[in-house]
Amino acid sequence: MIKVDHLYKTFGEVTAVDDVSFDVAAGEVFAFLGPNGAGKTTTIKMLTTLLKPTSGKIEIDGLDPATQSNEARQRFGIVFQDPSLDQELTAFENMDLHGVLYHVPRKVRHERTEMLLKLFELWDRRNDFVKKFSGGMKRRLEIARGFLHTPKILFLDEPTLGLDPQSRNQLWTHVKNLNETEGVTVFLTTHYMDEAERVADRIAVIDHGKIIAQGSPDELKQQTETESLEAAFLVLTGSSVRDENADSADQMRQMAKMWRR
Amino acid sequence: MNAIYILWLRELKRYFRSRAMIVASLGQPLLYLLVLGFGLGPVFQKAGNGDYIQFVAPGVIGMSVLFTSVFSGIGLLWDRQFGFLKETLVAPVPRITVMIGKTLGGATVAAIQGLIVLVICLIAGFRPVNWLLLPVALFFMILTAVVFAGLGVAIGSRLQDIQGMQLIMNFLVLPIYFLSGALFPLKGLPVVLSILTRIDPLSYGIDALRNVLLGSSEFTLGLSIAALCIAAFIFAAMGSYSFSKIQL
Repeated sequence: MIKVDHLYKTFGEVTAVDDVSFDVAAGEVFAFLGPNGAGKTTTIKMLTTLLKPTSGKIEIDGLDPATQSNEARQRFGIVFQDPSLDQELTAFENMDLHGVLYHVPRKVRHERTEMLLKLFELWDRRNDFVKKFSGGMKRRLEIARGFLHTPKILFLDEPTLGLDPQSRNQLWTHVKNLNETEGVTVFLTTHYMDEAERVADRIAVIDHGKIIAQGSPDELKQQTETESLEAAFLVLTGSSVRDENADSADQMRQMAKMWRR
Repeated sequence: MNAIYILWLRELKRYFRSRAMIVASLGQPLLYLLVLGFGLGPVFQKAGNGDYIQFVAPGVIGMSVLFTSVFSGIGLLWDRQFGFLKETLVAPVPRITVMIGKTLGGATVAAIQGLIVLVICLIAGFRPVNWLLLPVALFFMILTAVVFAGLGVAIGSRLQDIQGMQLIMNFLVLPIYFLSGALFPLKGLPVVLSILTRIDPLSYGIDALRNVLLGSSEFTLGLSIAALCIAAFIFAAMGSYSFSKIQL
């Protein structure tokens, strides 16, 4: 379903993704783990057509996103790491806008919006502006939106960041359910090792832009002779803390916050 | 078409929901109309050029259309900041569709803003020579708005951070405004200034408004329409190209 072959992405002198190759089979849940700044989000951005690779080949459901971008985009849904909702619209309007952009027929759009907003306990707040939502509610809405057009592939970039344990549990239950009943292929990144262990069939560990290990959670533990996935992760990536530079969007968000004070 | 419509509708909803922004954006045109209109009026009249409020009103309407449309296009910067741009860029619709929806939305908002300023001008004493031609004036407001919303999208696609906005304001938007003949007649200018006013698309928008509302103008309506359509095409092409190159 997803094929990545010798993928590179450089920004000036920096190589963010360095000769990455992997395959994700149809119906598989594939986790991409790595410390901050390892290249996870850059890889997802290339897979989802937001960034052009410097070199290498990507296939999404047999399509080349570089030349068949619209067809490839119709195949996947994505929940971004950073917010991507329109704060000035209501929850319902955000869902509706997404449905129109993904060519979901009106009747189906409204039915699925109702079902998903009820599932993520946002139906009662459907007519409220998103700017009035808490961080957790916004996150739940983003996730509900990602499911709206029943994608064949679901990209989840740190989907549980900022969610309470109940919402996290609810999300993964729903993801697993979609994966098992509808055969949706899931590509996820997360910092929570317990989540990766719980839902992922296979895991790739990326560090400094390179994939340094791949396998099932048990295989990774065996390879590193550790008892837990977290310990395996630390053995593979080391224990030093990584920092990421703020990008221009981060800097602008900071400025916007300063103005609101 | 549905995608263009929903993105156009989004711009309108955002505009009507931001009442503070509507009121704030009327401040500058009001200042120009009242301070310049009444302040320079006697001097203008003594020079034998007639009523300055009559003269400056189309310029103030044009200013409102210019500022609103350019900054609506530059609103892409905010979409980038708050993440909504990503949602549209990964959608399975051609990027030109997103760009057209954004441009038409910005142009509609700017035309509405122009209409509100026209009403304020009427309250302040402005009187068109032929009321029946008001729909034609609205047509020119829309055409001017499309031109500059396209320019705004072209700029907004390139801008990475908010610091660039001041640069755009000082070195692009204000020169476009001041060189358009909004505040002074285009007749009898020094050669360099005359050339600059003639390559400024806003000159044709404001001159067409004067033609329709006051019956006096520097260019023919045909020339104004042609110049505005060419500018709209060029800016739309620039916007489309810049938008297609966005990477996040």
